[in-house]
Amino acid sequence: MKKSFIRNIDQGAIMKLNKILKNTLLIVFACFALSACATSKKTSGQMQGDVYTGTDTVEYLASGVPDRVFFATNESVLTTASRETLRKQAAYLRKNSKITIVLEGHADERGTREYNLALGERRANAAKDYLMTYGISSNRISVLSYGKERPVDSGSNPLAWSKNRRSVTVKAN
Amino acid sequence: MRILIKIIIFLILIPSKSFGLIEVDITRGNLDPLPIAVSPLSIDQNSRQNFEKILKKENIGDEISKIIEVNLKTSGLFNPLNKDAFLQAPDIANLKPRFEDWNLIKAQALITGKVSYVDEKLRVEFRLWDVLAGKEMVALAFTTVPTNWRRVGHIITDKVYQRLTGEKGYFDTRIIYVAEEGPKTKRIKKLAIMDQDGANNKFLTLGNELVLTPRFNPTSQMVTYLSYFRNLPRVYLLDIETGTQEVVGDFPGMTFAPRFSPDGKKIIMSFAKDGNSEIYTMDLENRIVEKITNHPSIDTSPSFSPDGKFICFNSDRSGYQQIYVMRSDGSKVKRISFGKGLYGTPVWSPRGDLIAFTKLHKGKFYIGVMRTDGSGERLLTENFYQEAPSWSPNGRVLIFYRETKTDDKGEGFSAKLWSIDLTGYNERMVKTPTDASDPSWSSLLSN
Repeated sequence: MKKSFIRNIDQGAIMKLNKILKNTLLIVFACFALSACATSKKTSGQMQGDVYTGTDTVEYLASGVPDRVFFATNESVLTTASRETLRKQAAYLRKNSKITIVLEGHADERGTREYNLALGERRANAAKDYLMTYGISSNRISVLSYGKERPVDSGSNPLAWSKNRRSVTVKAN
Repeated sequence: MRILIKIIIFLILIPSKSFGLIEVDITRGNLDPLPIAVSPLSIDQNSRQNFEKILKKENIGDEISKIIEVNLKTSGLFNPLNKDAFLQAPDIANLKPRFEDWNLIKAQALITGKVSYVDEKLRVEFRLWDVLAGKEMVALAFTTVPTNWRRVGHIITDKVYQRLTGEKGYFDTRIIYVAEEGPKTKRIKKLAIMDQDGANNKFLTLGNELVLTPRFNPTSQMVTYLSYFRNLPRVYLLDIETGTQEVVGDFPGMTFAPRFSPDGKKIIMSFAKDGNSEIYTMDLENRIVEKITNHPSIDTSPSFSPDGKFICFNSDRSGYQQIYVMRSDGSKVKRISFGKGLYGTPVWSPRGDLIAFTKLHKGKFYIGVMRTDGSGERLLTENFYQEAPSWSPNGRVLIFYRETKTDDKGEGFSAKLWSIDLTGYNERMVKTPTDASDPSWSSLLSN
């Protein structure tokens, strides 16, 4: 949890803002901006910030169409790489119009169970929204959150956690 | 006499009053538990033979007194003395204790009693004695079916605990939890129930589908939980006496994080749709569904105050997971957690004065309590991972689960139940036959 220190500063800043501005909307924006800075800071091996960029766990819906996208801690914002993956999935689904899919949203083990169920649902919906903007009808997509219940990597380290924060596109038929 | 009781209560309460720090208190063992002698319940030859036939226990009087001893010891407030030092025979002690003898082994309180077989039932009488004053404090007799013998031990403990501490006990209770087996990536989870002391463990589901977060109805033997039956995560209602179950409400998406209202008539839970989780209630009698929160953030882990007027819950509307309190109609939402870190799983104490929570700060997880306005935050225990506190029905003890860190190969994972006293003392692992998580404490089964 290298990020936790940065988050605390965020929170201090938020509390001060709260007092000064008394404007919740502004605070939410400030907080998104700050955490975006935090995640784009460093790149190391298979992770950028704390988003997984490797291919160890990735499977393919078809040749060149990865089945999953990854997220930063506590985030459901799609990265540039995630959007590229989802555009490939959308192109594949447009060509194969009979395929329906389930988007399975997951969280890492470093959060409370119930919040993680909600977070998994939010992540899968981020992927769903993006697929829909690329022409995939919502009635071909269902969403299923597993929270932290189905990790792909059983490790207790930042790399394992980054692999587990994911939304996986699974063919339903 | 009255002064003496006061002194005893004073002795028990003093340690809890010397805490009030905001930091985690990890110093243990200052507590001075009350020395108590549990004389084996006496039993006549005929009753003994009858119970041996029915229950396959050589001496049911001994067995019941063992349950009482274990309960008292586990509470951390009592120190049951070694029976080898007892001078008086159980049957005579129950008639009239020789207080000098008990005083000699430093017992301050003494429990005596008698079990007998009457009309195919188990009749028990017991007495609690104040050794220093030489007086009887409690005398009670009751009759039950012989198979209830373990509960007899728990009920006696509850009476003793209540007389000596002034608080209701929590021993004649059960715990529902999720039993876990298999590798971390393919965990098999079943609902399980056991007595508070770990006896009578039973599995309630087969493990064919993922089940999570069972919670007791505070007024009956009903349970609400989350099941992935047919891969549709939904809140279910289960009657643990009959085994019948049903889906709660008709929601077009995942429902989760269920809990009962204090009167047991409603279920409060989250419903997730289009990336947004909101809190809803459903009335179990008229099936009316009400939406309580209305915010684009995640709103989950709701828990009612014991008077039903307020709800505490978990929301990330500030950008991060924090604890909020609102009126039960969803109005007057107010953030109450302002310490460093993230806060989750708020649960209102049955006494009404505290909210227990999980906190994540700098990569560590804490179980803590705060007042209902967020003041007086006190962290009870720190670990690599732990969450989901559930209160004992008297609001004195918290049970939660803890997971271990895996090694470099991703092995060595385990999940266990733990309990801790509200003061931060007396942290104990609660033994379960398999790995375990998501514990929920029942109300007292009797009285």
